[in-house]
Amino acid sequence: MRKITYGEGIREALREKMLENKNVVLLGEDVGPYGGTFGVTKGLWEQFGEERVRDTPISEGIIVGASVGAAATGLRPVAELMFIDFLTFGMDGLVNQAAKMRYMFGGKISVPLVLRLPAGGGISAGAQHSGSLEAWVTHVPGLKVVYPSNAADAWGLMLTAIDDDNPVVYIESKVLYSQKSEVPDKVSKVPFGSAAVAREGADVSIITYGKQVHDALKAAAALAKDGIEAEVIDLRSLYPLDKETIFGSVAKTHRALVVTEEVKRGGYGGELSALISEQCFDELDAPVVRLGALDSPVPYSQVLESLVLPSVADIVKGCKEMF
Amino acid sequence: MSISKELLSEMYRKMLRIRKFEKTASVFFAEGKIPGFVHLYIGEEAIAVGACANLRDDDYITSTHRGHGHIVAKGGNLKYMMAELFGKETGYCKGKGGSMHIADAELGILGANGIVGAGHLIATGSAWSAQYRGTDQVSVCFFGDASTNQSTFHEAMNLASLWKLPVIFVCENNLYGISVSQARHQNIKDISQRAIGYGMPALSADGNDVLTVYEKVGEAVSRARAGEGPTLLEFKTYRQHGHFEGDPGAYRPKEEVEAWLQKDPIPRFESHLLGSGSLTEEELEAVRREVDEEIREALEFADASPHPAPESSVQDIYSDLIEEARIR
Repeated sequence: MRKITYGEGIREALREKMLENKNVVLLGEDVGPYGGTFGVTKGLWEQFGEERVRDTPISEGIIVGASVGAAATGLRPVAELMFIDFLTFGMDGLVNQAAKMRYMFGGKISVPLVLRLPAGGGISAGAQHSGSLEAWVTHVPGLKVVYPSNAADAWGLMLTAIDDDNPVVYIESKVLYSQKSEVPDKVSKVPFGSAAVAREGADVSIITYGKQVHDALKAAAALAKDGIEAEVIDLRSLYPLDKETIFGSVAKTHRALVVTEEVKRGGYGGELSALISEQCFDELDAPVVRLGALDSPVPYSQVLESLVLPSVADIVKGCKEMF
Repeated sequence: MSISKELLSEMYRKMLRIRKFEKTASVFFAEGKIPGFVHLYIGEEAIAVGACANLRDDDYITSTHRGHGHIVAKGGNLKYMMAELFGKETGYCKGKGGSMHIADAELGILGANGIVGAGHLIATGSAWSAQYRGTDQVSVCFFGDASTNQSTFHEAMNLASLWKLPVIFVCENNLYGISVSQARHQNIKDISQRAIGYGMPALSADGNDVLTVYEKVGEAVSRARAGEGPTLLEFKTYRQHGHFEGDPGAYRPKEEVEAWLQKDPIPRFESHLLGSGSLTEEELEAVRREVDEEIREALEFADASPHPAPESSVQDIYSDLIEEARIR
């Protein structure tokens, strides 16, 4: 075992797949010599060259759209949009093209692309660089969506994403990039649709992903002091979704809290909450608690931002309300 | 320019295939046998046929909502096309795509497309793929005048010229974006001018003369195959039907429609073939009869084919996941 950062986990997976398959190519804004805005692709341009690590113009439409065309004709592009918020300019390529092509064309064309989207707030980046937009993409049939919370999963999910024959949206937590965690000597692929139990507990299930896994673990430690043992489920893969692990946990604890960083209104947390309410009604001792950001754009001021985004204290409070 | 008799005959056959396929689709749409939206290419056949006559099966094309012509010209199978319009299981897309979403990966047809301007990006991406893989394949991107106002056109032109990609942008300027005339949707007449801003060779030419299209696209294809980068070609043309079937097209002046009917690319090509002694009237007639027979067979095939099985509605969304989609 050794410790590497979340960003390094992504990079090592990219390196591993690029060494293995010449058709894996990277593209995006500043992914070349600059190494990516968050440093994820650092060193890959030097190692693999200009043809395989391509800086693009600031032109999200073509980053996504060219990836679609390349993926449909033999390549396995991994595209980076600098911030998930910029997906608005690339949305048609992802939603109307990549996601629908296989279906519209009767299963005859595959679009094996990976779209990397740095997401989330917490760094005073303001309303256009702090988005949590997973609901936009989990809503779309034809897309797979993953969201790692640690270096080993970042690595293992990326290996799976690049091998997948379907378009995969790979969401990255900006505040986790520099966070170190242990990875085994040989990192394995993390299958999609397989959640991890980040902490076992018998009293309440906290279902989450990405940065909120770490908040949930902190909340669980605080709750333990009050005699409440929380189980923390790290979904890792938002679609396909590991319902079995969620429902199994709720059947054990009889209480469920869903926490996501997205605006609560219309969020993926609502989908998770509804699934638990529908499928585990007889198991529940209390209504499902759903936490998210306030229904607001993400503010710049640290004081305001910390107020708008869900906190460890919110999770502790939400769990206690169920007892 | 010398073109073999075989190729001339083949171009004529494909133009007729498009015309007769679409005339038939028009009738069946009116009768209610074909649902949805059907956008006909009638009047623009010279562009698809002239362009695709330069292409190999492994070259790529992207098409538009008005896509039948491109698909036929690239070698598409009329039976599978007609069956798709009928929404049948044997159609190109198993009845899930319809008129606007026909694709054939084996012929490099990366899909007709219901989103105006989407093809620019996909064609550029497929050209990048060909360049990266070191093949001499090219991509031809077909699109209309109105789509050159979309950001996708400019993003694609910029990257294609910057990376010297083997893509040929073929603009079919039929003078209207649905009901809005070109003069009311952009402040230029010659769309080829837009290439100046991207340092890309370009020209505007008669799109109702199949031999002009063949020649101009041929030059661009040669340059692209040689690694010399993209070209923008604008061909002036006119659609003889409305934007889609059911659109009477009242926004177009009668005199304008009449004038363009006089320039119909098929009679023009027939006159050329006869006048130059390339083909005899008997030979043209033989082609007409053969195409009629192909259309009859396509209709028979489509009509006799089964509707898609209900369970197929949730298949082909992913390569590997279907069970979840079954649950209501």
